[in-house]
This record gives sequence, C-alpha cells and structure tokens, in this order.
Amino acid sequence: MQSEHQVPIWLFIGVVLLIYGVLIMGVGLNNLAVPSQVQIELQKSWPDAPWLFLHADIWWGALMIALGAFYCIRFNPWKSNR
Amino acid sequence: MTSAMVLSALQVAAAGPAKRLLTMGPVDWVIVVIYFIVVLAIGFYLKKYTSTGEDFFLAGRKMTAWIAGLSFISANLSSLETMGWSAMAYQYGMLGAHAYLIGAIPAILFLAVVMMPFYYICKTHSVPGYLKLRYGEGSRALAGISFALMTVLVSGASMFAMAKILKLLLGWDIHASIWVASLTVAIYVSLGGLVSAVFNEVLQFFLIWLGSLLIPILGLIHAGGWRAMMATIQENVKTIHPTLPNADFTRLWRNLGSFETNPMGIDWFGMIFGLGLAVSFGYWCTDFLQVQRVIVAKDLRAAQNGTIIGAVLKMCVPLIVTIPGLLGLAVLTNLDGSPMVLVPESDPRANITHQTFNDVLPLLMGKYLGPGLLGLGITAMIAGFMSGMAGNVSAFATVWTYDVYKPLLVRNASDQHYLNMGRWCSVLGVLLSIGTAYLLFAFSNILEFLQVLVFFFIVPLFGVVILGMLWKRTTPAGGFWGFLTAIVFSIAMWCFVHWFPQGYQPQPRIMLDPGTVVSLEKTRDQLAEKIAKVVVESGVIRTTNVAIPVEIKDPSLPPNSRRIRMVRAGQLVIQDTATLVGSYTRGKDTTPVQVLAPEVVVSAAPGRETGKFGIEGVPVVLKPGVQVYAAEVSQRFNPAAFNPDHVRYIARSEKAKPMAVNMYSAFWTLLVSMGVAVGVSLFTRPKPEAELANLVMGLTPIPREHGVPLLYRPRFWAAVVAVVLVAINIVFW
Repeated sequence: MQSEHQVPIWLFIGVVLLIYGVLIMGVGLNNLAVPSQVQIELQKSWPDAPWLFLHADIWWGALMIALGAFYCIRFNPWKSNR
Repeated sequence: MTSAMVLSALQVAAAGPAKRLLTMGPVDWVIVVIYFIVVLAIGFYLKKYTSTGEDFFLAGRKMTAWIAGLSFISANLSSLETMGWSAMAYQYGMLGAHAYLIGAIPAILFLAVVMMPFYYICKTHSVPGYLKLRYGEGSRALAGISFALMTVLVSGASMFAMAKILKLLLGWDIHASIWVASLTVAIYVSLGGLVSAVFNEVLQFFLIWLGSLLIPILGLIHAGGWRAMMATIQENVKTIHPTLPNADFTRLWRNLGSFETNPMGIDWFGMIFGLGLAVSFGYWCTDFLQVQRVIVAKDLRAAQNGTIIGAVLKMCVPLIVTIPGLLGLAVLTNLDGSPMVLVPESDPRANITHQTFNDVLPLLMGKYLGPGLLGLGITAMIAGFMSGMAGNVSAFATVWTYDVYKPLLVRNASDQHYLNMGRWCSVLGVLLSIGTAYLLFAFSNILEFLQVLVFFFIVPLFGVVILGMLWKRTTPAGGFWGFLTAIVFSIAMWCFVHWFPQGYQPQPRIMLDPGTVVSLEKTRDQLAEKIAKVVVESGVIRTTNVAIPVEIKDPSLPPNSRRIRMVRAGQLVIQDTATLVGSYTRGKDTTPVQVLAPEVVVSAAPGRETGKFGIEGVPVVLKPGVQVYAAEVSQRFNPAAFNPDHVRYIARSEKAKPMAVNMYSAFWTLLVSMGVAVGVSLFTRPKPEAELANLVMGLTPIPREHGVPLLYRPRFWAAVVAVVLVAINIVFW
C-alpha cells in the first residue's frame, strides 16, 4: 500500500523481529549457563523435559531472527532501487 | 451502611492481594520499550504521507489484500479478547471456540462475497455513509452519533479493564498504564491517520502471534499432546467444575441439545441464530471498526480477498486463545500436583485465596515464558490493547468528521480543514476514552451496561443495511424506523431481564475489614482442611442482607428469658456474643452467606499472622465489642443480575444463562429491525431506481469473476474456507 518511496511495513516488521530474535536468543544462550527461574521450576515438575521444551527461547529466538532476516532482505527498498 | 459503602466493600474484595502474577526482568523491559519506540517512529514517519483527507481517513485506498486482511483481524484481536476468551475456554471448554467458528467465519465470508461489492462500489467512506446514500440523512445521523458514542465508551471500557489487568499482573500503576498506552496511540493515529493505524496493526498482528503462540506449543508438549490433554481435562473438570461433573468440555455441538447439558447454559438455536446470525453478522458486517479496514483496499477484489484472508486468520485464533484456556484445565497444578482451581470473579474466594478464570493466560505465561519471552508475551498483550484502541480511534475520527461534523456542523470547509479535524478527533477520541475509563473506576457497575452496548446498535444496523442492499423496495422511512425501533426494543429487552418488580436482593455477604482479629474452627475431610466456623474476636465487619441477632434488655421479662431482635441495617457494637447463620432458606432455595476476609489477623496462628480467606455457607460468631456496619440492599434494577421469570420470555427457558440471554436478545432485535423496516417500507414510497444505482442488488454492476485466475477469485477461496469450517465442526462435533 506504500507510495513510491515509502518504506514498506514489512521492513519495519523484519527489523523488529530481527532485534527481538537476537535479544531472546541471546538470553536463551545465557540461560544455558545460568538457568532461569522458569526453567528451574519446569525441570522440577518434569525432570525428563526435552531440551526443546526447556530452551524455547533459543529456537524461538532463532525462528524470529530467520523471519526478520527474510523480511529485511525481501523488502529492502534500497536493494530494489538500485 | 449505604450502597456506596457496599460498593467500596466489594472493591476491596476485588482488589485482592498485592502479589504480582508476573515479574519482568531487564530484557523484558527492553523489549517493551523497543515496541513503543517503533510504533511512535512509524507514526512520525508516515505523517508526511498523509496530506489529504483521503490519505488520513481512507489510507489513500491503496491497501493490498494481505495488509487489509491482517489489519482487519488485528483490530479485532485485542488483548482483552485473548485473555477473555481464554477464560471462556477454561470455563466452557471447547464451546468457547464457537466465537471463532460459527460466531465469525460465516459472517466474514458473507461480508466478503455479498456485502463488500456494495460498500466498495458506492465508494462510501463509512457504514453510516452507506446509510446516507441508501436511506438519507436521518439514518446516517442516528448511526453516526450512536457509533461514535459506542466507540468511545467501548474503548474506555477496554482501557479500564487493561489498566486493571496490568496492575494485577505486573503491579504497574493504573494511571501510568492508561496514559502511556493511550497517548502513544493518540500520537501515532493523529500523525499518520488510518495508514499509521493499519501499519501498526500489521506489526501488532505479528507480535501478538509470536508472543502468544509459544504457550500452546509448550503446553501441548507438556500435556503429552492433544489426546492426552483432553483425557486430563475430562478427569480434572470433576475437581475444577464440580457442579458439572458429566459435562463434555471437549466438544463443540454434542452438548447443545438443551440449556442444562452444557456449562454455557445455551442451546443450539441460541448458538446458531443468536451468535451465528445476529451477533456475528452485526459485528463483522456492519461494525465500521472492522469494515473500515477492508473497504480501503486498492480495488474490490483486494477488499474481498483481504476479508477472506481475515476469515482464515480468525479461524486460527483458537490456537492462541482456546487452547491456552483448555491447557489451564490440564496443566495448571498446585504444589501437591492436584489441579489448580480457578474461580469466577463472583466467587468469594476470587483474588483472595484463588486466582480467577481471567488469570489463566497470565498463569501459563508465568509458567512457560522465561526472561525475554515474557517481555514478548507482555508486548503482545500491550500490542493487542493498542491495536484495538487504534481501531476505535481511527473509526471514531472518520465517523465523527464525515458523518457528524461535516453534514451537521460545518458543511463546506476545505479538505485541509477536515484533515485537521480528523487529527484532533483522534486525540479527542483518546481523551474521551480516558475519561470513560476514569468514570468506570468511580462507577464500575456501568461496565455491565457497556458490555452489551454492541447489541443495542450493531445488530439493528445490520438488519437495515442488509435489507437496503438486497431489497430495492426498502424505503428511507423503513430503514430509519427499523433501525430506531430495534435500538429501543433492544434496550427495553435488556431492561426487562434485569428488572425485578419484587426487588432483587444481592447474595448475603459479610466483609471483614483489614486488621480484624479472627479465630477459625476447621474440619478435615478426605480431600482437604475446611473452615467450619469463623469467630470474629475484635474489629470491624460490614454486612449486606445479613440478619444480626441483638438481645433486647427488657427488665419486664422474667429471669432467664431473652428477647432477640434481628437487625438488618444500621451501625451497632455487639454487646453479647451473636451468631450469624451460614445460609438462608426461602422456599426451596438456599442462599449461602459469603464471608470475605482479604487481610485479617488470625489469632491462633503463630505470631498472630495476617491471613486471608473467602468462603460461604459457614456460621460467623461475633464476640462482644465487634463493630458492625449493616446494610440491607434491595434493588428494582440490577444490570449484573438476570431475573429468571423474565429470562424465560426472551430465551425460551428460565434455565438460560447470561450468554444465552444476550444471544436470544440479539436474535429478536434483528427480527424486529428487519420486520419493522419491511412493514414500514410496504406503506411508504421507495427511492427512484436511478438513486439506488451502486447501492442495491440488481442495480449495481458487480464485476464478474470469469477470466480471473482461480487462485485470485474471492468466491473460490470463500468456498474453501467454508468447507474447512464445516470440517472443523464435524471433527470436534
């Protein structure tokens, strides 16, 4: 819906998802070394919890990075102007 | 005790403990702050692209189908919607999903395929604008003013509820929550108009989904998959909903044979014709907040396909709303592994010893979302609130400027003048919403009224709009009187079911003031320890509709004789030990007395610790010296209570619960709206056909789909969505 030189909304979305993904994945990697209280509680209630269940922040962050990067590249207005 | 004192007592109970459900860390705060920066940046960036009225109010009519569809659903997907319907799923099981299936999809598809061509081809800027073209100025003024009023009130109610939720969940200051979120919306909508609202709604859509979707994924892993979750639910509901031990919480239609066989207290007729027809079609097809998002698409096919994309997305919403509610029944447990019992807000234990239904989503967030993810979840909630509010504000600005200000106040001003009016209206709409929110803090019982406001105006509007589109014989007089009569009828029906000619007496209640000293007598059964008697040793209690036995000192009485007087209202200090009964019996009905103690001193506890409890049906003993403020309340009208004697005339059964009454009321309102419009039209003069071009079926050149590739045809995709809808209903029958 953008005018000729208007930055598309998808780029805004891509940037936000990329930043959030980096932050969340970064926290997740940190939680590998120092587990968060939520992880500790979950592990207490479910000792055999799978890794993916306990470290959702890592793969969810990675997913957001991938999605954000896709939107940033696909809707980069400077690329299409060249 | 006056009614104001009663209200203040209730508010103390509702405020509950100061404990927060969620605690945010530094990363969570960073995520929330980034969100606010980005939405404001979008508003400032888009200001330079909104230089005309069409840009501001109609987003330049340039939206693609995807943006229109995402915005259409995002404006509807407020955080109150997600939290409220998660609570509904916890309370009603799978029945809660009807709001996203029969309660939405048929209406959205109808909007896309049948109504959108008329809205789009006549180039109206709003739904009241269509009424002006079809029926004339009177109908437009009525619709414009009622819509503007409704929008502001509903927006304020949403803000009020959101501020209370953020206070309870995170301990955020109520005033800060209201002003920060609202002013942010005011800034970005007033700068960029509908373009900015839509851009942010698309962003908010992504954040709502990414912040919410992880809960059902992790929850289903934790529960052992769908089948295991359902099996656990059927086991747990015996404890969680003990009054419905045999109800099936896992099905959509099987238990709708009568009002008594399902927790919603509704039958199949009310569900189909009340929710599926009247409420759903009224909301999705004529609520301008929704329709505005798609009538500004770049062409008719984009508007239709955008609406159908909205239908697909709406059908997916149960993933982030209904499943969390169901997970609450399966995975929320106490420390000992027993199912955690959440209670309705009306329960005496609510917010004292038990969390409420509304807390189910935040409880799951606290359980599954660690640092970072919690910030994303909170951002999703705030984004939901702001997208709903921006939708209200932009719709208010358009309707006020084009349908009230321009035709009734300043007719022939420049485009720039109306653009400026739109910008100021956006700010005004926010300020009026804030005013409504503060009004609700003072008079919280208005909320009951606002919750049904949509039925009063939207359902009658649908009746006359659809007749206007499909029947060229409908006259301006028929449209106006059908609309007005149905509004009055709807309000009258609402008053009727809440009217108690014999007087309505709220449930007897005893409220113990903070600091009151009590001792508790307990019994133990197989499951748990229970309070059997409360002894108030000192302090202040406030009673409502409770009889307090007071001994009258009469020297003329013989020795060992006592004369007891029952005091129900007034202020007194207990002289001799008095026992208040735990319940009252009238005829076949027994009403327990609620005892609420949010912060009392338990004398037997080590160190006389502060305790809290909420119970009902146990006797309360008052020791000498206890101060009592007693009130007797009897109301002719109570917006929160339904008179079963009147309910049976509206909803066909006195067993019908509030949800059923609202659905049936909407159905009758629709019938009245259409019936009066048809009746009046038969006796009045219709408009000449030349004036109905582009407005009515048969006189509107609707583009054919021949030659359009199948994948771009709205009718094809509408059929696909309809088939999927039927399949879902069969699978979960």
